[in-house]
Amino acid sequence: MLFFSFFKTLVNHEVTVELKNDISIRGTLKSVDQYLNIKLDDISVVDELKYPHLSSVKNVFIRGSVVRYVHLPAAAVDTPLLEDATRREASQTAAKAKQGT
Amino acid sequence: MENLSLHDAGPQPPGGGQQMPPGPPPVPQLPPQMFTTAAQLLDLTDKKLMVSLRDGRKLIGVLRSWDQFGNLVLQDTVERLFVQNLYADIDRGLFLVRGENVLLLGEIDLDKDDYVPAPFELGSVEKVFALKKAEEQDRKKTDKRRHRKLAELGFEGEHQGEAIL
Repeated sequence: MLFFSFFKTLVNHEVTVELKNDISIRGTLKSVDQYLNIKLDDISVVDELKYPHLSSVKNVFIRGSVVRYVHLPAAAVDTPLLEDATRREASQTAAKAKQGT
Repeated sequence: MENLSLHDAGPQPPGGGQQMPPGPPPVPQLPPQMFTTAAQLLDLTDKKLMVSLRDGRKLIGVLRSWDQFGNLVLQDTVERLFVQNLYADIDRGLFLVRGENVLLLGEIDLDKDDYVPAPFELGSVEKVFALKKAEEQDRKKTDKRRHRKLAELGFEGEHQGEAIL
């Protein structure tokens, strides 16, 4: 759930999503869900002539399972906070596992 | 769900988590119902969409129904083929697409409806279809060769068993 929450903090930032079929789509992150499906608005496609089917498209819903990378704006990422959250989630998971046994 | 704005605050996280290690102060959250598959697809319902499938097909149709898995019903669908500098549309009709086969859904900007960039020209369906078929066979051949060579070197190849175009 950590990355779901993390992506939620990036809403309305410009990101570039690289798909497993090598298409790179740049746009404003509008929404994300639990599967990390991504909605982008005002898109522009890197190397548009290679992918003519996207030229009349203004916003896309990308299935999470086909995303290879998401390029993030460095300024919008609070790395220490993310590290902290990771440790907290790890300790919570560990505590839960302990309770279970 | 469509009427929610980013300024509507979501519920605040429950206070006083006694056993939790102290964390940073909670950040104001957007309403969680905005971040579901359903909310995302609801905005696209009854819109003209370009659906890109895992086998490389591009379908253009009106999204009429969907579910939480991303299974879709498309009405008045055409399949658009692109090959070299030609394109063609084939009428397909009603589609039910299983969610796992969807790469992306693009909402078509009705101001730029059916805009195809410059080098591409409308070709006859028969010609474009034949060219596409030849291109696919070519690609299959090179893929096969590449996989065989990679396998000799002990690599399994990037999308084995799952062609993503």
